[in-house]
Amino acid sequence: MLLRSLSIPKREFEEGTGWALKPEGACRGDVCIPLSKRAGEVVDVAQVANDIGMPLVEEREYGWWALGPATFGSRALASAEAPDLKLPDLAGKEFRLSSLRGQKVLLYAWAPY
Amino acid sequence: MWQALRNELHPKGLELVTVGLDALGNEGCRAFIEAAKPEHPSLIDRHHVMADLFGITNIPQSVWIDESGMIVRPAETAPPPPRDGPTLARLNVPADLPQRFVEIMAEAVKIKSDADEYHAALRDWVENGAKSRFAMSPEKVVERSRPRDNAKSLGHAHFALATQLEMDGHHDAAVRHFREAHRLVPESWTFRRQAWSLEKVVDGPLQRFWQGPNPADPNAWPYDGDWLADVKREGAENYNERWRP
Repeated sequence: MLLRSLSIPKREFEEGTGWALKPEGACRGDVCIPLSKRAGEVVDVAQVANDIGMPLVEEREYGWWALGPATFGSRALASAEAPDLKLPDLAGKEFRLSSLRGQKVLLYAWAPY
Repeated sequence: MWQALRNELHPKGLELVTVGLDALGNEGCRAFIEAAKPEHPSLIDRHHVMADLFGITNIPQSVWIDESGMIVRPAETAPPPPRDGPTLARLNVPADLPQRFVEIMAEAVKIKSDADEYHAALRDWVENGAKSRFAMSPEKVVERSRPRDNAKSLGHAHFALATQLEMDGHHDAAVRHFREAHRLVPESWTFRRQAWSLEKVVDGPLQRFWQGPNPADPNAWPYDGDWLADVKREGAENYNERWRP
């Protein structure tokens, strides 16, 4: 997840990472990881990232941060629940994978190189 | 090819979602998408979130997801549907093709594909759903997905930064972060191919496929590897993992 600031609204953090910040901790699927400090409406990204195990990289010259994906479970997939992929099409319209519930989906990655 | 497959299987409850992984976004993907004229969702992934979310490490790869949103097969090589009739063992090489492309094609024909097995499994799954022996349990899906430790996740973070910096026109800064991503996630072909494809060594439609040094100025190449050197070193036969049920 790309960031301009390490203090961001809770909704933005949850949308960007797929982790919900609840009283019991950071939760995804049926996994909840306790947080060292309860998350408020503004999230301390460095602290939460440290608790969940998401590395943080700074690109100081151009003012960007990047949060790496969670390593919970030590595998690319922590659960078989498909994340709700959100990406634009060529027209810029946002598409959500969850819109295809009820169908089987073949998700196919390609590249023009 | 995939369009025809989609047309055949869509009435049986399958939807194809194609995702173009390219920091150049619309500019990179448009020509291919417009030529294909897809009737299915066709998405643009500038930061390679497909790598973060699904563990994609090369293209073409696929993930199978069932009707309730559960992954039943994690990221694996997705060969094009097998053609009816004999396949071309040799391509007609234009006489004036640069030597590098002659060598690239010589390696490419050695890359193995399990198209028959993959597509038989796909049809079996479309037909039989959860009863298909090719639909994995949640535990098996997780187990089959690649290991990811903190170092690899850090590599993903560097890669995301690299794509953003490239988009913003800060190419040298992008290269620094691409290099870190390559160091930390050496098994990712997409991390390498994306970076290599952004170096403009030749002009024209083959520019993005050169993916290597300029023979006239090899020291200017900013990466440790390139497509030809890496494929030769790792072996074209190892480029794709063999398909297994």
